Amino acid sequence: MTTASGQKGGQFLAQGLPRLEAVVIPIGALLTGALIFSGFLLALGKSPAEFFALIYKAGFSSPFSWQNTLSRVAPLLFAGLCVALPARLGLVVIGGEGAIVLGGLMAAITAGLMLGTPSWLGLPLMALAGAAMGGLWIAAIGWLRIKRGVNETIASLLMAYIAIAVMNHLVEGPFRDPASLNKPSTAPLPEALRVGDMPIGIDVHWGFAFGVLACVLSWLLIDRSTIGFAARIAGDNIRAAQVQGLPVGKLILGFTALGGACAGLAGFFEVTAIHGAANASLVAGYGYTGILVAFLARHNPLAIIPVATLLAGIEASSGLIQRRMDLPDATILVFEGIVFVVLLLSETLYGKIPLFKHGFWSKP
Amino acid sequence: MSSSADIGIWGVPLAILGGAIRVSTPFLFVSLGECLTERSGRINLGLEGTLIFGAMAGYAIAYESGSAWFGVLAAALAGALFGLFHGWICRFKGVNDIAIGIAMMLLGMGLAFFFGKPYIQPVAPDLPAISFGWWSENPQLRAALQINALFLLGVGLAIFLHWMFRATRIGLTIRVVGDSTDAARAIGLNPNRVRLLSTAAGGALAGIGGAYLSLYYPGSWNEGISSGQGLMAVALVIFARWNPIYCLWAALLFGGAGALGPALQSVGVTSGYYLFFAAPYVLTLGLLILASSPDKALEGAPGELSITK
Repeated sequence: MTTASGQKGGQFLAQGLPRLEAVVIPIGALLTGALIFSGFLLALGKSPAEFFALIYKAGFSSPFSWQNTLSRVAPLLFAGLCVALPARLGLVVIGGEGAIVLGGLMAAITAGLMLGTPSWLGLPLMALAGAAMGGLWIAAIGWLRIKRGVNETIASLLMAYIAIAVMNHLVEGPFRDPASLNKPSTAPLPEALRVGDMPIGIDVHWGFAFGVLACVLSWLLIDRSTIGFAARIAGDNIRAAQVQGLPVGKLILGFTALGGACAGLAGFFEVTAIHGAANASLVAGYGYTGILVAFLARHNPLAIIPVATLLAGIEASSGLIQRRMDLPDATILVFEGIVFVVLLLSETLYGKIPLFKHGFWSKP
Repeated sequence: MSSSADIGIWGVPLAILGGAIRVSTPFLFVSLGECLTERSGRINLGLEGTLIFGAMAGYAIAYESGSAWFGVLAAALAGALFGLFHGWICRFKGVNDIAIGIAMMLLGMGLAFFFGKPYIQPVAPDLPAISFGWWSENPQLRAALQINALFLLGVGLAIFLHWMFRATRIGLTIRVVGDSTDAARAIGLNPNRVRLLSTAAGGALAGIGGAYLSLYYPGSWNEGISSGQGLMAVALVIFARWNPIYCLWAALLFGGAGALGPALQSVGVTSGYYLFFAAPYVLTLGLLILASSPDKALEGAPGELSITK
């Protein structure tokens, strides 16, 4: 009986310890990053306590601040998935910004083609157009990787610049609403094609719910399906996966397309729920914050939800921090940069902390 | 009669040539820096951040000291520090140099915008240009032949690096480390130290490229000063097959692509401005696709480079 329970305990440890390690190390990196950033603030004669208190106040303290935070979570969830899904195959795709911008533009153009369409038909078609555009854009990067061996990291960033130029061209030219004088935009969406807020008492649009749903579905795909299992094998070792006869090329195409579709949906929600038209406001940097979200979440779709919420709250507090502490708007960028560097540095700790080793617990 | 009518349509290639030299200088410095780093077997994707921080540091120090050359020096020092930091982090086991590059890009931009805020308004001294068009009466030709000293320095550096890789002990050391960590260890070299120094030197060059942006062309500091030149330079090195002389030609080509939009605009072609603006990125991507290969290792690539594995 003792051996049985011992085995059970051993199994629990064998599965639980790596998971615990994957939670504790990123949180430790986040705290260390916050500590280093505090030193940075102290060196400038600013109060770190005030900084973090303001983040709490502006991002998480009241229904109003939660509204502020949660309305920024949706694009970060989708942008995080755009990095995390290809990452399962070992690809570092960081050009989600381009898919967001073009997805949003495509959603707005689609809306312009079907004015007078009821919501139940128009909105899904717009979402589909945005997702398809984003999916094609990022899948093209996957395709270049398979066919030509083009480095996906550089290609995706270049494609992001190209996407922004294309959006600017189309919004200033063929698809410009003549009434948009100061800020060239597509024609404003009719009320029927705007996505509203969820019935939860605070003004948070439906993008949040769909973003969470996308994370859960992505987790099921990666963690609970044979396709996800195959993708993980291919991500660990492409050669081994090919020897096993896994369709590595199709997996890469599929996962980059899915990631891009998520980013395209982010653009769709930005257009239909926030801006009401496609214009330069789509270039808001969510694609780049999404990179940090995915890495902090260790490319686990479920972990993306709390991480995106945390970063959305931090970014939501930027305005208050600027006003109250007289700091430039780039303060948050510095904080995120420091956290990102410490986080990547913490990768070296995996398997080195005795506390997370099986032997530490099982020895008598 | 306006001078542009004098040479008519010939104004376009002339403007592109002049623009190519003007626009190519940051590409040249960043790509030479990246070339040096990659030859030692490491990739620094963060040079975009280094470039922007160099632009800010160069501008700020030039303004505070009153000398543009002090600004260039400060930018080089700042770039070297970024490179040292990158190199130091990458020596830890399990740390991915590509991901670190992305993080350093964000950090460099954040720090540059943070400390650069007070310097958006003031005017710093410019880097001097040398007139090679004194013999001509044509103002457009003269404008095109206003060549900055940093460009000439960059050309000299490309030739020097080429010679260094081929004929010197330092060059050979860097190449051995870049091709095989094990071989380098076997002959008593310290790969981590060689890579650390190569990354630091590469960062310093990227910093100088940034100083050129803020101190000469376009010649002011703001948050939109770089539009991905640091990143394009990384792609450019692959296209240039890790050869410093090819880096020079590639930088000129990229400069020409970047000068295409403004040159056409100057003769009245304004439609599709944003598409011309995208030309350097499209060109980079196109060349990257042509230069890459799906099944065999790239010709001339350092064996230890993670980007080509």
